[in-house]
Parts: sequence; structure tokens; C-alpha cells
Amino acid sequence: MDSVRSDHNGASSRIPVALKILIAGGFGAGKTTMVGSVSEIRPLQTEEILTGVEGADSVDGVEGKTTTTVTMDFGRITITDDLQLYLFGTPGQDRFWFLWDELSEGALGAVVLADTRRLADCFPSIDYFEQRGTPFVVAVNCFESEQRFAPEAVGRALDLDEGVPVVLFDAREPQAARNVLIELVEYVARRQLASASR
Amino acid sequence: MPADLPRAAHDWLDNDAGPVVRPYAMTQGRVAPEGGEFDLVAFVVATAGGRPGEDTPLQPEHHAIVAAAWEPISVVELASGLDLSIGVVRVLLGDLRSAGLISLYEPPAATQPHDVDVLKAVVNGLRAL
Repeated sequence: MDSVRSDHNGASSRIPVALKILIAGGFGAGKTTMVGSVSEIRPLQTEEILTGVEGADSVDGVEGKTTTTVTMDFGRITITDDLQLYLFGTPGQDRFWFLWDELSEGALGAVVLADTRRLADCFPSIDYFEQRGTPFVVAVNCFESEQRFAPEAVGRALDLDEGVPVVLFDAREPQAARNVLIELVEYVARRQLASASR
Repeated sequence: MPADLPRAAHDWLDNDAGPVVRPYAMTQGRVAPEGGEFDLVAFVVATAGGRPGEDTPLQPEHHAIVAAAWEPISVVELASGLDLSIGVVRVLLGDLRSAGLISLYEPPAATQPHDVDVLKAVVNGLRAL
């Protein structure tokens, strides 16, 4: 069967390398805004099977309903012909955690968007990535006329592990959003070098 | 508080939810692709010279995928471009792979650690945008 041509190396001149970055955070923290400001944003339909996931809709009385629709945002940044970055805005609702597992599989890292008016909204995202060992940066989306906090103060309030970058930015600004991605990738590289030299 | 999750029944049936058609109708109810899952950022390429045989019953969506995959295209781009749900696209890709009409390339960087040279290239590329 020649349908599985698994000679990745031989094909690498044609098949781009694609890296996944997740954009997480609470409802209204600016996930869609950020994906839209750095990349061409598109909707992605996911039709997921309900498998008795905790927190999933009760199917009592509608036992025939075994799938549920989740729309996610995704965007692509073409670095070169051979290198592409895919951004996925993670579904905000807790009951879609099972989607996160797939999204974070093999992901380069994550950006957790924080809104200082509702800081607790990003706790679940942080817990999730800490548990999975997915590198992440916290990006504080600064809304206009809002009191600004020092990044260190936000880091302390979130009880972040040492070294986890915290940046202030405006999700609507493409340059600012790109800088957050750069911060993340540099952080991943630092972690990698540190673990390699250990 | 409107910012909190709406609890109204069927609030996912809004415009964002797309057409109200049972998505797995076009896969005859199959929800899992033949031969395993496909990563969201796996790349698909139509097999050179691969033409659907008469004995392969293909649906319009199958043809649309083959047509879109003349150049390498990621699974997620296929789903979004054809406005199909990701699960449906995976089942259809499984059919096409079984029929030898597409080749599938799983992302080589699916496991960590990531190549530091690649990371540097990403940083430089982002700076240059």
C-alpha cells in the first residue's frame, strides 16, 4: 500500500513544517481579537462526539444527540514557504476541555490572555498548561482607560512558576500581538536549551 | 451577566454554528476515519495521477478535498476552506487514503522537543513580518 508514504525527510522540501500555538484565556479576554490581528482568521467547525465527558450537556431525554458543535478560530502565519504557524483560539467553555487535549498535542506553546478586571478567568487555562507541561506566556490585554498593573504584580497574583513571561499588550495591535508570539517562541527555546544542558 | 455563559437551550445553534445539517450524514454516520486520526496540522497531498476509479464511490466532498489538495494543504485548512467540520473531513480523508488518492504527512514536530533552529527561524520570521 503506497498510500502511507512516511518518508518525512525525503518529502520535507515540499511539505511545510507547521507549528501550533494555542491562544487561551477566559471569555472576552481577546482571543479572537489577537488571532485576527496577527493572522488571517477563519472559523473552524468541529463536531465533537459526546463521550460522557464530565461537564458535557446532559443527554437525558435526548439520547440520540451524541455530537455537539464547537466553532473555533484559527489563523495561519506563513513564515516562509516551508514554515507555517497555526494559531488556535481555544474554546472558552469548560465543557470543551476534551478539545484542548487534541489542540495541545504537539503544540509549540500557548498564550494565556489575561484581563486584569477578571484575572481569575484565566486560572483554568494556566492550570491546564502547567499540568500538561505546555510552555506558555501570560499576555495581559490592556483595555483602554484601565488601570495598568506591573507584569511582576500580575505574575505574583497568578502564582506563576519562575521564568514564565508576563507581557502587557493590546490584542488589537498586530505588532504587539506578534511580539507576544516572539516572547513565547523565545521562551520555548530558552526552556529547551536549559533542559538540554541539564 | 451576559459575559457569563448563556444557558439558553440550543444557544450553539447560532450563525457561527454553521448549517443545521447533521454533519456525519455525509460520512454515513461514521465518526472515526479508517487508519487512525489525522493531526490538525498534518498535510494532505493528492496522489500524482490518482484518479477516482469507477469502483470507488465518492461523494462531492471527496472530490472537493482531492481538488483542494493538489498542493500540500493542512487538514485544518481543508476543513475551514470547504466549510466542513474537522471530524467529517477526517473520515473523508480516511476514505481517500484507503483509495490511494491522497498521501498524508503527519507533522514531524508532533513530539517535543522542537528544533531550536526552527524556533529561531520562527522568531526571525515574525520579526520580519
